[in-house]
Amino acid sequence: MAGIKLIVFLDPKSCQMQKLVSGPDEAIRDIPHGATIMLGGFGLCGIPENCIAALARKGIKNLTCISNNAGVDGFGLGMLLETRQIKKMISSYVGENEEFERQLLSGELEVELNPQGTLATRIQMAAMGIPAFFTPAGFGTEIAQGKEVREFGGKSYLMEMALHADFSIVKAWKGDSLGNLVFRKTTRNFSTSMAKAGNITIAEVEELVAPGELDPEEVQVAGIYVHRIFQGSNYEKRIERRTVQLL
Amino acid sequence: MGLDKFGIAKRISRELKDGMYVNLGIGIPTLVANYIPADISIMLQSENGMLGMGPYPAEAEIDADLINAGKETVTILPGGAFFDSAESFGMIRAGKVDLTVLGAMEVSETGDIANWKIPGKMVKGMGGAMDLVASARNIIVAMQHTNPKGESKLLPACTLPLTGVRCVKKVVTDLAVLDITPEGFLLLERAPGVSVEEIRSKTAGKLIVRGEVPEMDL
Repeated sequence: MAGIKLIVFLDPKSCQMQKLVSGPDEAIRDIPHGATIMLGGFGLCGIPENCIAALARKGIKNLTCISNNAGVDGFGLGMLLETRQIKKMISSYVGENEEFERQLLSGELEVELNPQGTLATRIQMAAMGIPAFFTPAGFGTEIAQGKEVREFGGKSYLMEMALHADFSIVKAWKGDSLGNLVFRKTTRNFSTSMAKAGNITIAEVEELVAPGELDPEEVQVAGIYVHRIFQGSNYEKRIERRTVQLL
Repeated sequence: MGLDKFGIAKRISRELKDGMYVNLGIGIPTLVANYIPADISIMLQSENGMLGMGPYPAEAEIDADLINAGKETVTILPGGAFFDSAESFGMIRAGKVDLTVLGAMEVSETGDIANWKIPGKMVKGMGGAMDLVASARNIIVAMQHTNPKGESKLLPACTLPLTGVRCVKKVVTDLAVLDITPEGFLLLERAPGVSVEEIRSKTAGKLIVRGEVPEMDL
């Protein structure tokens, strides 16, 4: 048998696949008014601080934001609430924000509440190319209204739809210029699924490394999902509930 | 009289068995972790994405990247693991978590639970409660027997919007331990110094009393 010629791959060090951007303003440059955006994080843990600040600077309005929570007053998504840039939130728990409550009660803000696992799985299904799934969460409650119910093995389940977004924005611990991402501790939360679910995914990372420096065994989001990446700066990493052990 | 919140947590800790994977909700359920018997070892699951949750950190160990489902800074014990929220709820739905302890505003005699919404008040959201109650293999509710107005929280049917249906297995209150059975609330134990009559008067749902009801052994 004639020798099979090895395919020569592009050297990733010379070809950056044009994912690297200079910073958050360039990363979000084309997000239009009315866009649907997924933002990673749980509470304030692992939120894309640099891109949220850039969205506030850009001033685009009528956004639909998919995020488990809505930040706190003046920080995280709370920044975009203060500037009235959010039209609708899709979340599971939103109780930490007075401005949020004010806008909700005055009718300025629309909210769609999902059970947390349903929200996470709707995003995960979008990432996997599955249009819908069945979950028991919420059966027999008001969130079941209008949803198809099916019985499997004598138990009742609601049909829930995959949740897509025009843009996903996440913050990872480390990433390389090909878009491979590694997350630290509980910052994976919604971010890994969101990173895989966006039509365009933007990743800001605490530490940007060259291709080959991340161990492929440890990559949690493969670069194929990520379209734009940059090294962020000045992370505040604010803590929502600072609890310490009394010694 | 009756138990304070620490007493309720201590009584629930008696339900823990060696090797269990347990999810503790916010409030009284979190306190259960302080009373895990010394001779058993359990793994705490936090639904944002962690198994092997440890105690609050010392000041020098605080890490903004390591929080629990209540958004509190915590630690992770040796042998713990991190994962994302989709996987976390996958393990909950698949029945891998042995026991869930959570608070409630109302529980019905058929095991329905209401704990996320009061009509007319600001709705904060259900968080992971609906997923947990729909899927956990065993659910214990930790709560006060009556609300601040003195009205029973153990009802024939919940009046508040439901979190889940026919899911609660056991209720531990400041006054009593009760199982949810097909016939109603079965009174298992009384808090020290609390009479069956007092429990009966404060339980609006159907209460079943069989023979002598022992005091809790705390």
